[in-house]
Amino acid sequence: MWASLAVTASKLVVVAGSVLTSVAVMEWVERRGAAFIQDRLGPNRVGPLGLFQPIVDAVKLLFKEDITPSSVNKGLYYLAPAISVFVALVTFIVIPFGAGKDVQVFGVPLGGLIVAPDLGVGILYLLALSSLGVYGIVIAGWSSNNKYSLLGGLRSSAQLISYELSMTLAVLGVLLATGSLRLDDVVAYQATHLWNVIPQFIGFVVFTTAVFAETNRLPFDLAEAETELVAGYHVEYSSMKFAAFLMSEYINMTTASALIVTLFFGGWTFPGMQHFSGWWLLIASVGAFLVKLAFFLWLFVWVRWSLPRFRYDQLMRLGWKGLLPLATLNLVWVGAAMAMRWI
Amino acid sequence: MVTAAFYLAAVVGLASAVVAVSHRNPVINVLSLVVTLFCVAVNYALLGAEFLAAAQILVYAGAILVLFLFVVMLLNAPEEQPAAEPRPFQRAAGLALVTVAALGGIVLITGLRGSLPAEGPQGTAQAIGRLLAGPYLFAFEFISLLLLTAMVGALMLVKRKH
Repeated sequence: MWASLAVTASKLVVVAGSVLTSVAVMEWVERRGAAFIQDRLGPNRVGPLGLFQPIVDAVKLLFKEDITPSSVNKGLYYLAPAISVFVALVTFIVIPFGAGKDVQVFGVPLGGLIVAPDLGVGILYLLALSSLGVYGIVIAGWSSNNKYSLLGGLRSSAQLISYELSMTLAVLGVLLATGSLRLDDVVAYQATHLWNVIPQFIGFVVFTTAVFAETNRLPFDLAEAETELVAGYHVEYSSMKFAAFLMSEYINMTTASALIVTLFFGGWTFPGMQHFSGWWLLIASVGAFLVKLAFFLWLFVWVRWSLPRFRYDQLMRLGWKGLLPLATLNLVWVGAAMAMRWI
Repeated sequence: MVTAAFYLAAVVGLASAVVAVSHRNPVINVLSLVVTLFCVAVNYALLGAEFLAAAQILVYAGAILVLFLFVVMLLNAPEEQPAAEPRPFQRAAGLALVTVAALGGIVLITGLRGSLPAEGPQGTAQAIGRLLAGPYLFAFEFISLLLLTAMVGALMLVKRKH
């Protein structure tokens, strides 16, 4: 009992620690990556290659003056960043990040490396909780009592609802092929079959586009479009409350990349897996997962600094007239292919 | 542990339900309704109905109430002004009496049996899927047709105005 609790707790600490560390790492990657794409140097003064820049930035944000404007709705104004970070942090627990079948810790078999292995609804839990993330943005926009924040909040609620639909439909194709809601079953299915990206390429494209919109990243960052809305929903926030929104954006990005990897690129599986066992399998599988994760995190940065922002009507047209029919088409294709026993 | 979680979810859910109908600010009303629905989902999860809990949050808290909030924020409805009350404690006393009467009625009707059925229906995704695709297939498909018709009807009504 206590040993299994300790195993779960240590998994939780490892996952939460890594996800929070990824925020710092991604901040550095984003700034250096942007500089690389724009042919300039970027932050390179603090530490080797500017690697300690995130630490300096965090200290700066912590010691900045924490301003609460007098016209805000106080309770909700404080609640909004908390909701954003909470929702971002709790979603990662259903994602399997390595194989730990034959490994024992404290005399307890690890099972799959996943924080909540017994949650039967798996990805539904993730989709449900991440759909609550919109409240952080909407409440921030409304409680700030500022027209730019309100517009940002309204835009993002419309955007998130529109793209959630295509995202869920794209996931449905994967679940149909797997026959289970659990993400460890999705990974196990891809260990014996082709990776889902090959038979369900349309699903992959729709899902990736939709999660870009769901994480409010360029080219879909209309909620904070700085050229027209100053900074959108977080214009009245300063110091760590502003940093909380920034953190939740990067955590959501990490979770989204992990989800792309798990659903379409085989999760922690890799070719030649059968030659490994025990601790070696654990290390190699976590490594494979991290490599794939790093690629998609870089894709987020790459796209952000390469594409211009959509106009609002273009955004809605893409969501409803582009992605939704494509996602439906993918679902029909998967169903037909399964009925014909092609996949 | 489970009992404590149940009481926490029940008390928070009831309290926010009261706020949802009594607060003067429409945005607060909608947000308390979100909290209530979340607490109901927690209680579903505690009963072993994982799928229902996830669907509850996904559909109600994550989609429908976002639309409510969207409309309320877009209309920017002002806070209701309190009506002049001749006797300030009248309403509170009435609410307390109604609560006591309702609790008494529930006790009378149910005979205050403190125990639940030993085995409830299974709430996992597989169990619900089997039920929906098996014995309730016709009703399930019929409801989806009904919803589709309602949706097309709503679209037609909106279109006529332009």
